[in-house]
Amino acid sequence: MTSPTTQREERPAASGAGTTPPRTPGTSRWGALPLPARHLLLAALGLAAVTGLLFATGDLTALRIAAVGYTMLAIAGLQLLVGGSGQVSLGHGAFMMIGAYSMALLVLHQPTLPIVANLGIIVLVSIVAGVAVGAATARLHGPYLAGATLILAVGLPGLTHRYHDFLGGSNGLNIRTAGVPPFLDGLVTTSEWRTLVVWTTVVVGLALLATVSAGRLGRRMRAIRDDETAASMAGIPVGKTKVVAFVIASAAGGLAGGLQAYVLGTVTPSSFTLVLSLTLLAALVLGGIGSLWGALWASVAIVYLEIWATDLARSLNMTRDAENNLPIVFFGIVLILVLRFWPLGVHGALQNLRARLRARSNSS
Amino acid sequence: MNYFITLTLNGLASGAAYAALALALVIIYQATRLVNFAQPALALLSVYAAYTVTQLTGSYWIGFAAALGTGLLVGAFVERVVVRPIARTSQLNAIIVTLGLLLVVQGGVGMIWGNEQHSFGYAFSYVGRFAPSDVFALVSVGIAALLLFALYRFTPLGLRMRAAAFHPEAARLSGVKVGMMLTAGWGIASLIGALAGMLAGPPFISPNVFDVVFVFGITAAVVGGLDNPFGAVIGGLLIGLGMSYVSGYVGPELATLTALAIVVIVLSVRPDGILSRPTARKV
Amino acid sequence: MSDAPLNSTPQTGETLLSVEGLSASYGAVRALDEVSLNVPERGLCAVLGANGAGKTTLLRTLTGLHRATSGKVRLAGEDITRLPTEKVITRGLAHVPEGGGVIIELTVEENLRLGALWRSDRRDRTTLDEVMDLFPPLVERRSRPAGTLSGGERQMLAIGRALMARPKVLLLDEPSLGLAPLITKQIFSLLRDLRDRTGLTVVLVEQNAAGALSVTDHGFVLNQGRVAAEGPSDGLLADDRTRHAYLGF
Repeated sequence: MTSPTTQREERPAASGAGTTPPRTPGTSRWGALPLPARHLLLAALGLAAVTGLLFATGDLTALRIAAVGYTMLAIAGLQLLVGGSGQVSLGHGAFMMIGAYSMALLVLHQPTLPIVANLGIIVLVSIVAGVAVGAATARLHGPYLAGATLILAVGLPGLTHRYHDFLGGSNGLNIRTAGVPPFLDGLVTTSEWRTLVVWTTVVVGLALLATVSAGRLGRRMRAIRDDETAASMAGIPVGKTKVVAFVIASAAGGLAGGLQAYVLGTVTPSSFTLVLSLTLLAALVLGGIGSLWGALWASVAIVYLEIWATDLARSLNMTRDAENNLPIVFFGIVLILVLRFWPLGVHGALQNLRARLRARSNSS
Repeated sequence: MNYFITLTLNGLASGAAYAALALALVIIYQATRLVNFAQPALALLSVYAAYTVTQLTGSYWIGFAAALGTGLLVGAFVERVVVRPIARTSQLNAIIVTLGLLLVVQGGVGMIWGNEQHSFGYAFSYVGRFAPSDVFALVSVGIAALLLFALYRFTPLGLRMRAAAFHPEAARLSGVKVGMMLTAGWGIASLIGALAGMLAGPPFISPNVFDVVFVFGITAAVVGGLDNPFGAVIGGLLIGLGMSYVSGYVGPELATLTALAIVVIVLSVRPDGILSRPTARKV
Repeated sequence: MSDAPLNSTPQTGETLLSVEGLSASYGAVRALDEVSLNVPERGLCAVLGANGAGKTTLLRTLTGLHRATSGKVRLAGEDITRLPTEKVITRGLAHVPEGGGVIIELTVEENLRLGALWRSDRRDRTTLDEVMDLFPPLVERRSRPAGTLSGGERQMLAIGRALMARPKVLLLDEPSLGLAPLITKQIFSLLRDLRDRTGLTVVLVEQNAAGALSVTDHGFVLNQGRVAAEGPSDGLLADDRTRHAYLGF
């Protein structure tokens, strides 16, 4: 039941990709466009594709498509951090948690604010959190940064118990967000509307991330990733660039968390476990480091591997414990196998395949 | 004052488990420059193996031996079969594969033994201030650390392992089978991780029982210096004390965030941990 | 390559180390191109050539640190081409890599003991004592970390560790690198001494062609991964054409 859905989910997005030939600049009008415009155009195409997909598949899959969206945004932020500047963060889930709780608190305490304002505030909050953590960890490198961010991911949910009255303890917070606006009433369902809000935010976020990563900042980050000493001798402000990368990633993660809370209408500390943070990073590598396409495969993998595993467990009549645990076991095994046979992830494998096909068609 | 002493003694006892876990991380880091994020999962598997064996035989000590044996074998197996083929591709992939292992083993334990808590007692009473179980924790980790020191320092195997860790090529040119040494290192590390699990897990075990223990273990390793075994032991005891005071005087929910603060502060002053040697910058 | 007699000095014997058509590459770059050479028992040979000529690759391929794409390496008749490094060592081929490969975290004595660990008679202290006798500066520093040694002492330690394996052939990669001329001279004459006294076969890779030719009996000149010239060392030293073309002096 679910597999044709993913097929359809991937195909329109992929056909949008087919029209991006940045490798042959000058030959087309496409190459003449400034980069941000190109990214915005792609974003619009992506949004159109998702809208089409949404109407083609109906209300049932809307939440899944939304989940792919906000997961992709979170992973794309991580992509910029890990793939761009080479910093390994095991605490990305913590920023999703900050965003999600910000969204819940805003809806609960300022119910009149429009969603756009909420999202803007969430970005600001995440930036502040990112600056704090990023500045504190700026001097940590490699495994030390990974260890520190891991502790953040484990430790942050504890705050909900500490401030039980404000953050709701382990029950979390439940919110009601506004549904379909009046002028669209009857045209789209509530979950479809929310999915569209999510994806609009996501494509704008992705366009921004792509623009940053293609620009000067992205080049500086990659220089630092490749050789920190050489980068600093070339006059690149290493510390500042790393913090900026961390902050951008945090903002993307926070925004993703906010969207998640908006769609699900509930936030609990148990949604932001260490496993979430590990899964985000692992999925990024599984999808393929160094490209936003990798983030797409990664988020599809996170959302759909879990669904498939649950379906599988049900069809095999497994025990509850087995059913609950099968998704992460399944994910872990897929992860290890992908790394074993495609060290560059799914995106890398697809690129190799394309290069091979092209070579074959050229030779014939 | 009385409360302070109780917290201190409790802190030392739980610190022993953190020290053992940190030691396990450091052994592998020294040999492969890789933080083994699967370490708590391997310890978890060992402890559940001990649980089952104890249930079957009725003897805690046979279970204890089963935990150590499981740790040794699983660690060696994982290095050989899972980590080595992937570690060749990139450092990041090697980290990710240990994360993948963590997910697989933790989920697998949940599938086999269930997500609910099982009660798994100590061989000793754990009631009261500085209970026999606390003494056992400190003594067993102390013995493990001494044996490890003796192994590395005084045996040919230890010399080979150190050579393979410090300078793999020179070790090969001296006839050392570097791959075997890595496997041995993972086995020994996981054995010590299993000991940490046996100390930190009971009286109740569940698939997530080591998440927080692991955080303190990695904090200890990072604070002590990832490539220094002595640092790991000292770091473990310090973290045990610190967390005991924070939990006792402020509140247990803040213990992990305090660990984060300690890591950040220590590493801001000494980026490679308290006891690490200053390394020359390679340009 | 032919089986031309290499016995330029009376004490050398039959071929001990023979290399036939050995090739190796780094990615697309061919580092060794069909290299063939024979080193006789008790020989003291120099391998010379400019930077990037393939000297280091030759040694690394001989001991299996680098994979040969084709060709054969034989030690005392046994084919060792495909053996892993740690096995090659046990067949009697010792290799002192560029810079020595001393393990600075281990003590001097541990470094030395490491060299003989694979031997069944590793508990026998006579080899250790003999090697210590060769290098008096190491004796007083035996329990210090090797990182505290000077450059010359490290090179001695590296050679000492190789000798602990009681090899048939000792390969040395640029032992003179970064050392004062006086110390280089000491090391060269030590190698000659060792050969004369114990019958050890030595292959010396050197950038310092003049120094190496003055101490060895036979020389091979590599250029772009091929053997460009070879002959008795005094002959090569006297041959202006080879000297100018490949050795740069």
